[in-house]
Amino acid sequence: MAQIIIKNLRKDFGDFTAVKASSFTIEDGEFFMLLGPSGCGKTTTLRMIAGLELPTAGEIYIDGEEVSQKRASERDIAFVFQMFALYPHLNVRQNISYPLKSQGMPKAQIKAKVAEVAQILGIEDILNKPVGGLSGGDRQRVALGRAIVREPKAFMMDEPLGALDAEFREHMSEELRALHDRMGATTVYVTHDQLEAMQMGDKIVVMNHGSVEQFGVPQEIYDWPATLFVADFIGSPPMNFLDFQGEVAKGDTTVSLNGHTFEVPKQLQEASGDLVFGIRPEHITLNTISRYKGEVLATEYLGTTQIVTLRCANGMLKARISAHDDIHVGDQVGLVFNARTVTLFDKKSGAALLSDANKGVLDHG
Amino acid sequence: MSGFSVTEPSRRQKWIAGVLVITYALVTIMPLLWIIATGFKSPEDAISYPPKVVFQPSLEGYVNLFSSRTRITESMQETLQPAETWYDQVARDSGTVIVGASRYGQRFLNSVVIGFGSTFLAIVFGTTAAYAFSRFKVPLKDDLLFFILSTRMMPPIAVAIPIFLMFRQLGLNDTKLGMILLYTAVNLSLSVWLLKGFIDEIPFEYEEAALIDGYTRFQAFYKVVLPQAATGIASTAIFCLIFAWNEYAFAVLLTSGNAQTAPPFIPTIIGVGGQDWPAVAAGATIFLIPVMIFTILLRKHLLRGITFGAVRK
Repeated sequence: MAQIIIKNLRKDFGDFTAVKASSFTIEDGEFFMLLGPSGCGKTTTLRMIAGLELPTAGEIYIDGEEVSQKRASERDIAFVFQMFALYPHLNVRQNISYPLKSQGMPKAQIKAKVAEVAQILGIEDILNKPVGGLSGGDRQRVALGRAIVREPKAFMMDEPLGALDAEFREHMSEELRALHDRMGATTVYVTHDQLEAMQMGDKIVVMNHGSVEQFGVPQEIYDWPATLFVADFIGSPPMNFLDFQGEVAKGDTTVSLNGHTFEVPKQLQEASGDLVFGIRPEHITLNTISRYKGEVLATEYLGTTQIVTLRCANGMLKARISAHDDIHVGDQVGLVFNARTVTLFDKKSGAALLSDANKGVLDHG
Repeated sequence: MSGFSVTEPSRRQKWIAGVLVITYALVTIMPLLWIIATGFKSPEDAISYPPKVVFQPSLEGYVNLFSSRTRITESMQETLQPAETWYDQVARDSGTVIVGASRYGQRFLNSVVIGFGSTFLAIVFGTTAAYAFSRFKVPLKDDLLFFILSTRMMPPIAVAIPIFLMFRQLGLNDTKLGMILLYTAVNLSLSVWLLKGFIDEIPFEYEEAALIDGYTRFQAFYKVVLPQAATGIASTAIFCLIFAWNEYAFAVLLTSGNAQTAPPFIPTIIGVGGQDWPAVAAGATIFLIPVMIFTILLRKHLLRGITFGAVRK
């Protein structure tokens, strides 16, 4: 089990920079998510930690030891591939024992180990089957078995649920999380699915265009996004953005959108020009008295809640409200924003403006 | 069940397919059956017209193939001791006595050594080269691959004279080593290209998994890649062996005694004491056996090899 520290990690492929100076720390025993859209550099980062790619610059510490230029086999980590990469010419038992064989472990001990792992994963009955005919879930379990049998310092997982059916994903993600809680091993998990990341992760790094956008626990990232990208990428539907022109001074507690004044958390940073007023859908309420109006364009019924799409003076919005509220397409409704939850952004740089509310989150990142 | 099925052929389609397959099989198998039958005919039956389908089988062809004989008169024959072995007897019945073994056995052995030797080398070099082309950044990769393929763009025999001169200079004329090297060189382009295709189809993730599991790059190659390339290796080996086994032109040109293979030797059998077609046919029949056994052993792989990569797994 180990702490993993990434310092100024960079990877160039010819002219293309896949990862730009990333730094973050993965604590011992953490279930750590690398989240981002495809091509953001998350898989490259994972592969560099595992030793499948050598970084162009930067350092990787696993358990205090600098390993960035070491062979994968010398790093004592396990890797679960998206397509599982089970050795097709070997059966389940041979697949799981493969890493132990390379260590020269005695046969009897290998057998005991494999039996133990098979029991944890509930795959005792398929040990002697070829891997070719297994279901997706069983392949996944065998791949996990091959990873945990060695008791490595850390696990790397590259979208391990990506190849599974939707209904099975849910089940496997629970199984994975339970397995992690049981073993307590540091796990680095790559995904492009923000729901999966928030559901399973102790901590999340959000990456975009090779850079770390934000790094923190899921709730902090959801509530107090550091950039427009994070605010847009996390949450479904994502945060609403209302564009406005204006000025923010230190100590301001209100901003003005189209002549309407809205309360915001106390601002700690000056800004002017193109700004963005960010509000999560669930922090919007609809009423009849507010003077800031919106027109209902669509409603989506989701059981307990409904998503209402509105057009207002500063752009489009989605609000998540109770399914029982009687709202119809074409209605003109008043909008109220929960002032405590608002984040302002500088449109040009994309960065969130520092306020009393998000200070605690953004300062440490 | 009624109506028609999309996947099941109808009775009529099956019937037509059956007729076509049997016709084709007859066309291809007939010459083979003819040769095998001729090997067991007497010289008179072999050249009789119309050809005899039913005949008195004789081992004369096989005896003549493996022995050298001398013709004797009837009066001389009476002075000899009775024949000691069945093949002596066969020879005497045709008015000859065996004076020694023929050179067919040795020529046949040459074919085995040269054929399998060159196939082995073509596979070893082909697999390693194909792996390198498939996995590593090789400078001028495409040009090199094209260059390798270009060696196939003319019949190898077109460069027979330079090769002959080179071999003479290097002392490789009429040596097994020379023939092994030559056939390896000719087969290498085929084996590199075929095997590269097979290795390209093996996802790199398997090797990465092996690297993570604590194996070296080379261990990953022979423990993970080679077993999965077995199909490709088997089918490539068959193609290489068939070429080296059947090659005639270079064998005629570059070998005369020591390293002569069976193909140039078989036609020479005909010259001894008239036209000995049964002996030639017997030589051809025996010559077919090793390559047939090899192909049958690897047939399962060959069939898979031909369709390999047709469907994405």
